[in-house]
Amino acid sequence: MAPARREVATRSRPSTEIVPIRVTPEDQETPEDPRLSDVDEWGRSEHMRALARQLYEPIYSKWLRVEWEGLEKIPAEGGALLIANHAGAIPSDAPVIMHGIEKELGRPVYGMADYFFRTVPVVGTLWSRAGGVSAKPDNAYRLLHDQHQLTLVFPEGTKGPSKSFTDRYQLRRFGRGGFVEIAMRAGVPVIPIAVVGSEEAMPIVLRLPAVARALGVPYFPVTANLLVFGPLGIPVPFPAKFKLRVLDPVTFDVPPDQERYSKSRIMDEAEKIRGRLQETLYDMLRSRRSVWFG
Amino acid sequence: MAATPGRRVLVTGADTFWGGRMIQALEADPAMEVILGLGTKSPSVPFERAEFVRSDQAYSILNRIVTATQVDTILHTFLVVDSTLVPPRALHEINVIGTMNLLAAAGAAASPVRHVVVKSSTLVYGSSEKDPNTFSEDTPRSSPARTRVERSLIEAEGLVRDFAEDNPATLVTVLRFANVLGTDIRTSISKNLSRPVCPSILGFDPLVQFVEEDDVVRALEYVTRERIPGLFNTAGSGRLPWSEVASICGTKLLPLPPVGTRLAIAPLVRLGAFEFPPEMESLLRYGRGVDTSRLTEAGFEFGYSSAGAVQSFIRAVRLRRGAGRSPDSYTYEHDVEQFFRHSRSVVHSGDR
Repeated sequence: MAPARREVATRSRPSTEIVPIRVTPEDQETPEDPRLSDVDEWGRSEHMRALARQLYEPIYSKWLRVEWEGLEKIPAEGGALLIANHAGAIPSDAPVIMHGIEKELGRPVYGMADYFFRTVPVVGTLWSRAGGVSAKPDNAYRLLHDQHQLTLVFPEGTKGPSKSFTDRYQLRRFGRGGFVEIAMRAGVPVIPIAVVGSEEAMPIVLRLPAVARALGVPYFPVTANLLVFGPLGIPVPFPAKFKLRVLDPVTFDVPPDQERYSKSRIMDEAEKIRGRLQETLYDMLRSRRSVWFG
Repeated sequence: MAATPGRRVLVTGADTFWGGRMIQALEADPAMEVILGLGTKSPSVPFERAEFVRSDQAYSILNRIVTATQVDTILHTFLVVDSTLVPPRALHEINVIGTMNLLAAAGAAASPVRHVVVKSSTLVYGSSEKDPNTFSEDTPRSSPARTRVERSLIEAEGLVRDFAEDNPATLVTVLRFANVLGTDIRTSISKNLSRPVCPSILGFDPLVQFVEEDDVVRALEYVTRERIPGLFNTAGSGRLPWSEVASICGTKLLPLPPVGTRLAIAPLVRLGAFEFPPEMESLLRYGRGVDTSRLTEAGFEFGYSSAGAVQSFIRAVRLRRGAGRSPDSYTYEHDVEQFFRHSRSVVHSGDR
């Protein structure tokens, strides 16, 4: 049934065919590395980070005069999920934490935020180059479990920065406890960080939900900064004294990479962490003498 | 020769770039005993021993061919992933109806087919702001498909999935390829990149991933030869910002307004200055990244990274610019091909 395999005699080809476009990888000289930038698979660029650190350093140490407590609790290697309270219309807590850890520990921090950022031209790109990643469970797992990176997430989400000044330092709901589930799945500790100063750096006086809806943004605040500094107040925070306290890492004695984790256990753990963070914030506020001088 | 009987392979889209390349690659493998090429037009590259059968794109004669030739493997390369190549209606006919008929023939009673390999695309993941950074084979899309090509590919993959479920004895392999760049392939992206100015969207610099055309051929050949079933992402390692791709290729970026992008570029597309299919717009906004660890764990080794694919492409472009176009040297002549394959007068090297 099967016919004998045959080699058909080579057909004559026109002599004009002289340019062999195909070059097999073996007989090609090894070309130099074609990459021109150091943008990694998350869009983060160490060059851009270095530039951002250079620009942010005066704001960090001169304007906000950031002080850390318990920075040694953040591991020098291995993945860990950093969580913090989130506040201020344009929150200063994210850059402060990322800058501080990169400066003191010399290891990168990937900051997670709402995917909304990606839709904003220029801002989305700069945010990504500076170490921003959209807050998807898949992304967090990949960063924490596969790449052993420090990842910062704000469990309150936009509910944190969008609250009014009258609700300052009152933690909102911690989402659905997704951060606990991710830490369990990735087998990494959760390290809570309490931040004081962010609420006063850019307090929200008034929210305009109708404008927010029209613009398709999560919230549209009128900040005290805007009233005091004018348009300059959109990016510039007040010089509130920033104090950060790193709490003891929370580990969960569950095996990683499970299909499912007990929802009640997740909610319990999330609530426990939230309680501790809230207590720490109250404690720090008790000992704070001045908003501006700490 | 090996004791096991040779493979009998049917390749769809034999007249297209991928079908032609696949047939040429399979011809070099002595284990592939019979190679049949199915296509709607004449093949554009010469085949050494494969036989070409002309068919309409809905494969109405496929049932007869499969029964008559007893092929055990079908390599389905004829899925259109670049909507600039065919009119919208043909896209549906080729991707959905074509796949449906192909699988109907492969799944007919007493069908000899034991392995179906499908060349799909990472377009099935789409590209949106809600996407995770990296798609694995099991990650669902994060937004509904809005472009025709994505919808048709999703539908075609659905047919393949149903086929796999209904025919547990048949191995089914689906490879999802990232955007292809390479020495010979011409896609809407490669056309843009080989021009002095190439479109981008103002304020967006997405991370994109490429696979080199040789890796596409090698991956398809690998899963066919090794009979590896499953669903696999296929892309070069790493990914790079669109702006960097443009710099490597030495082309300037033309930033289009982020709002009303299509409206702004429509006249330029009409003038033929750019290619800008709808699926390119979301890619230039949000990019796409896929995890290829499943295929590498199955033993496949990529020859090129994403950046390597870009470089391979641009080196070939530079060569073409420098050396001038090589003339189209091959025209398919049915009678001639039949003569070489079947005439008693032809002396085959194996017979001597």
